Amino acid sequence: MDLTQIWVYLARDPLAALTATLLAWMAGLQLATLFRRHPAANPIIFAIAILAGLLLATGVDYRSYFQGAQFVHFLLGPATVALAVPLYRQWRHVRASATAALAAVLAGGAMAALAGVGFGVMFGVAPEVIASLAPRSVTTPVAMGIAEQIGGLPGLTATVVLSSGVVGAMLGPIVLNVVRVRDWRARGLAMGTAAHGIGTARALSVNATAGAFSGLAMGLNALATALLLPLLWRLFGG
Amino acid sequence: MIGGLTVLLLCQLAGEVLARTMALPVPGPVIGMVLLFTSLLLRDRFAPDAPRPDPGVPGLGQVADALLTHLGLLFIPAGVGVVVYGPQLARWWAPMSLAIVIGTLLTIALTGRIAQFLMRRMG
Repeated sequence: MDLTQIWVYLARDPLAALTATLLAWMAGLQLATLFRRHPAANPIIFAIAILAGLLLATGVDYRSYFQGAQFVHFLLGPATVALAVPLYRQWRHVRASATAALAAVLAGGAMAALAGVGFGVMFGVAPEVIASLAPRSVTTPVAMGIAEQIGGLPGLTATVVLSSGVVGAMLGPIVLNVVRVRDWRARGLAMGTAAHGIGTARALSVNATAGAFSGLAMGLNALATALLLPLLWRLFGG
Repeated sequence: MIGGLTVLLLCQLAGEVLARTMALPVPGPVIGMVLLFTSLLLRDRFAPDAPRPDPGVPGLGQVADALLTHLGLLFIPAGVGVVVYGPQLARWWAPMSLAIVIGTLLTIALTGRIAQFLMRRMG
């Protein structure tokens, strides 16, 4: 038995990368449960840290890892389409306040994109990094698509988006208390707009109404940002 | 299950084709999401008496729930890409952290205030 042969097989075949991704996700979930699902203990962050550490330790390059992991990555497309289902289920429930919700989400989404671009420009950050910061409040699959469209780095966008979600889920409720937003609908909208799925998961665990509105905000923001950001980018920067 | 998955893939495919043929600057899956959402609403409007298993297409709810409960898993391959961006992160970590933390908190405060204000006025 030649160990290097086995290693060459494992490093090249999609099977190992795919298995490692699933194992890391399960470990991430376990760790999050261990921390009693504290919003700061995010399973996605754990799993990414584990896999990134593994790649760096073994010297396997990201491209060969992705050859296997792309099968998981591919499902982001259908999952994005599937976001229509919760939106549809909540539709009757949220329809009455749809106009107010839309206005608030549009303002919030614009704020999120502007803050990303603003800090980037202020510090003279490289254009492809600014383009990766712009879609940061949108759910990851959509944000990565937008980043690609406007010349950002999708992988970097994923990191930025996940961090924004974790920060929002952790500190969002405190901020909402400080600015005295007590309406559960408004609290949900704020969490979904700024912290997408991670914020929605948090909102759902606190209050059902907040969760429904957070899901709605996440969908609306994804849609509005995907429609408007690339157009604005082309007009002003690009 | 397979029926639901097929619906999702069909919507995505239609979205990708639309985005390319009409040169829309929107990711194909997002257009697919809009297509699915509007067709579910249209079906409710024009065939209100049709049997309505949640959310209308057999197996669609099942597949959507399965994908969305493990949505986190799907972000991982792209997220691991952070290993490639070491130089960018080392160089720009300060503005990036500021944009993430301050931007997110400002967005939450602003959205919450506006939403609360509008909902009180509109009842």
